[in-house]
Amino acid sequence: MWQYVLRRLILTIPVLIGVSLLVFAMVRLVPGCPAVAIAGVHATPEFVEQVRRDLGLDRPLHTQYFIFVGNLLRGDLGVSTRTGRPAATEIWDKFPNTVELAMASTLVASVIGIIAGVISATRQHSIFDSGSMLVALFGVSVPVFWLGLVLMLLFAVTLDWLPAGGRGGTIEYLILPAITLGAASAAIIARMTRSSMLEVLRQDFITTARAKGLRERIVTYKHALKNALIPVVTIIGLQSGILLGGAVLTETVFAWPGVGRLMVDSIMARDFPVVQGAVLLFAVCFVFVNLFVDVLYSFLDPRIRYE
Amino acid sequence: MVVDQEAAVTVSQKTSPFWDGIRRLKRNRMAMVGLVIISIFVLCAVLAPWIAPHDPLDPSLPHTLQEPSPANPLGRDELGRDILSRILHGARISLSIGLISVAIGALIGVPIGAISGYYGGKIDLIVQRLIDIMLAFPGILMAIVIVSTLGVGLRNVMIAVGIVSIPIYVRLVRGSVLQVKEQEYISSARALGSSNLRIISRHILPNCLGPIIVQSTLQIATAILWASGLGFLGLGAQAPTPEWGTMLSRGRVFIRVAPHVTIVPGLAILLSVMGFNLLGDGLRDALDPRLKR
Repeated sequence: MWQYVLRRLILTIPVLIGVSLLVFAMVRLVPGCPAVAIAGVHATPEFVEQVRRDLGLDRPLHTQYFIFVGNLLRGDLGVSTRTGRPAATEIWDKFPNTVELAMASTLVASVIGIIAGVISATRQHSIFDSGSMLVALFGVSVPVFWLGLVLMLLFAVTLDWLPAGGRGGTIEYLILPAITLGAASAAIIARMTRSSMLEVLRQDFITTARAKGLRERIVTYKHALKNALIPVVTIIGLQSGILLGGAVLTETVFAWPGVGRLMVDSIMARDFPVVQGAVLLFAVCFVFVNLFVDVLYSFLDPRIRYE
Repeated sequence: MVVDQEAAVTVSQKTSPFWDGIRRLKRNRMAMVGLVIISIFVLCAVLAPWIAPHDPLDPSLPHTLQEPSPANPLGRDELGRDILSRILHGARISLSIGLISVAIGALIGVPIGAISGYYGGKIDLIVQRLIDIMLAFPGILMAIVIVSTLGVGLRNVMIAVGIVSIPIYVRLVRGSVLQVKEQEYISSARALGSSNLRIISRHILPNCLGPIIVQSTLQIATAILWASGLGFLGLGAQAPTPEWGTMLSRGRVFIRVAPHVTIVPGLAILLSVMGFNLLGDGLRDALDPRLKR
């Protein structure tokens, strides 16, 4: 088991190096001078010169990259051109809010997805099955930002049940953004749970369980669901990509003060140190969540380790 | 004799995997619904200049945010422009984004995937590590990064979404090639002296076409969603272009007083994406027996 974890960890290193290379290249590929892009178009020539020196832009490209990585390892992402504060501080301040939203969305998506999937599978071809799969189709097709606006219009503007946006510190503020962000994942989890349950319900041990005279509820939840959930766990983990990408849009709709919204604002203001930092953070989170899912899956299904 | 010929045609149709797939697709009601939705949007896109009741860019300040009426069935936007006309013209943009970005992704991703899978070894190792790096960024986030680097605008959105699709095609085609290249007819082609290029282009890729078509249909849906998301964030098409995501973004300021300005473009995105998803799912069931549920 530990050998497998170690192997997966080692495989992550080249990916992380590649991610750092891409983020490094990002500013260098911006049309025009990278120093101006980082310092901001309104910066004084002296400040631009200072940025040029700090980044080592007069040195060879590989030296620039090592300076970048060195700074990165010290947690130095540069200074935000908008606020003048360290970019790392700007991002870390917002990060807990994004984590909170992502976790709430995962919870919403998992609960709704698994329940809908199980009921659909146990009542295959029923109205509930067709209805929930239609809703799932809606879930994977709906633009997350539009769903957010419609929910806001309905529950905040028309019914006045929930706040329209912001992060007030109470759970009411979290409900609409979490449902919005979790909708697509809930749909995918529901589809996966349904097909996984249908496959398990056809197997011999389920027939045996029924033949023993066990109640249908025990057969479904104790025997079938336990086995059907293995691939579902992977799918839930893999949704982190959708959640991180969707967070950028959801946070913008609901004025949620997270890293996604910070990134969009920084792109608009051409605040590259913050954009670079935010992109890096999202990518690193995604890589490590995937790693965690792989390890968890190998724990749940030991055959994976030997492949 | 005539009867025999008809029987022969029927038999050949029955035994052709292509026609078998088409028949399966025709029987799939949801896929047909998807095809009808896509056809309607394609017709709207093609005929937009003739069927749009008004100029999509023509403002009418006395009529701003007007609700739907017989003269303007979907109402008017914040500058008094006819929303129906803008939706019809927007179909051109969204479908173009979907098709062009998928074409970029497929044209680059398919050959790389085929070479990676066919040759294996170091080439495969390098390609797969590069793909791992690209996949380390969640899809739309990667597109945002590319657009913020290249600059905002419709052309860069297509390039960005296309680039993000590349790893999906590389993985898909590589997997298919790995399966196909072990088949006996590939060994026979090799024994007959066919070059590697000929084997890949004439024998391997045609056999991977099913999954590529399925993925492309589903990918168009994703491309429309991502491009509208970029438009919503202000990184895509710029005003006054009638792109659905951009329209929705500009309308949201008025959501309390004129919700139709936001709701209508969103419905257009939802329906078109749903159409491609339905058809894609149907095609998967019909053309890709491995994924058939």
